[in-house]
Amino acid sequence: MEIRTDSTSLDIDRHEGNLIEELRSSSTKPVTEPSGWLSEDLKRNIFLTTVDNVLNWGRKSSLWTETAFTACCTFEFISLSSSRFDIARFGMEVLRSSPRHADLIITAGTLTWKMAPQIKRVYEQMAEPKWVIAMGACGITGGIFADSYSVVPGYNRILPIDVYIPGCPPRPEALLAGIELLRKKVEKRSFLQG
Amino acid sequence: MTVAITGEEVVGTLDKKLKGAVKSVESEGILIQAEKILDIALCVKNNKNLKLDYLVSITGTDYIDYLEVAYLFYSLDNNKRFTLKVRLENKSNPAMPSLTGIWIGAELQEREIYDLFGITFSGHPNMKRIFLWEGFRGHPLRKDFSNGN
Repeated sequence: MEIRTDSTSLDIDRHEGNLIEELRSSSTKPVTEPSGWLSEDLKRNIFLTTVDNVLNWGRKSSLWTETAFTACCTFEFISLSSSRFDIARFGMEVLRSSPRHADLIITAGTLTWKMAPQIKRVYEQMAEPKWVIAMGACGITGGIFADSYSVVPGYNRILPIDVYIPGCPPRPEALLAGIELLRKKVEKRSFLQG
Repeated sequence: MTVAITGEEVVGTLDKKLKGAVKSVESEGILIQAEKILDIALCVKNNKNLKLDYLVSITGTDYIDYLEVAYLFYSLDNNKRFTLKVRLENKSNPAMPSLTGIWIGAELQEREIYDLFGITFSGHPNMKRIFLWEGFRGHPLRKDFSNGN
C-alpha cells in the first residue's frame, strides 16, 4: 500500500501502522554488535583509532637522534642517555650515525661557521618528518661566542628550530622537559599536513 | 724542575756574526733580527752544552706597534728552557723565515699564526689558513680586527 495524492488520513495512519508492524516482527532479537562475529580472544586484541593517532604515537615514541654533537652540551646529553636519566624510557636510546635513520637533531654545542655546512648537510640528508632541538645558549644565540668571528650566532641561522632549551649547559632534566615539549608537538601533527 | 737558560748564557755561545743579530738580552730569552732566526735556532739546537733540541711552542702576539713571534725551546737532556723572540715592525706585510726545515713540528703552529695574525713564513711547505676558511677577510687575533658585528 502506498500513499497517493488522494489518500485519506486513515490511509496514512494504516501505512504507518504497517511499517511499525513490519519493524516489530523483524526485531524479535537484539541487534548483534559489529564485532559479534569475532571470537572472544580476538576482541580483546583489536581497538579502533585514527591514522593520525597511530602515526604520531609511533613517531613520538621513537625519536631517534642523529649523532651530530658539536661541543660541551653533548655531555649533558650523554648523561641523559645513560642509566641515571635514561631516555630509553621514551624510545630515544638509539643514536643514529646515519642521518637516513634519524628523526631529530639535538644541537648540543657551539657551532663554528667552518662546521656549519656539514651540520646543514646532515639535516638535509634526514628523511621527513624531522625535528630540531636547539640546546643551550650557543644553540640558541651563539651564547658567549655570539660576537665571535668564527661562531654561528644560533642554529636558527641554518636550520628551522622546533624547541629551544636555554641553559649553559641545560641540565638533563631541562633537556627532558624540552623533549617532552617536542613529543607534544609531534602528537598534534596531522597526517594530511604531510 | 725546568730551569730557564739566561739570555747571556746563550749569547755567549754564539759566534761574532750572530751576536750582531741579537737586539736585546732578557732573563729567559733573547730578541733577535727576524732574518737571522734560522742560523741562531740551528746554533742553539746543535750546541753541545745547550742542546735545545725540542720546539715546545710558537706564540704570536700583537703589541699594536709591532707583531712579536716567540719560540719556546726545551732541552730534553738538560731539562732547561729558552725563548727566542722576533719582532716584525711591518704590520701591513709581516714576513719571516720558517723553522719547518729544522723542526717539522713548526708547520701547523706557523700556519696557525699565519691564519690568526697574517704573518707569512717564507720557506713553509704549505702556507695557508688552518682554522678559518679560504676567503676569510682579515686576521682575527690582530688588535685592529673587526668582524663587522
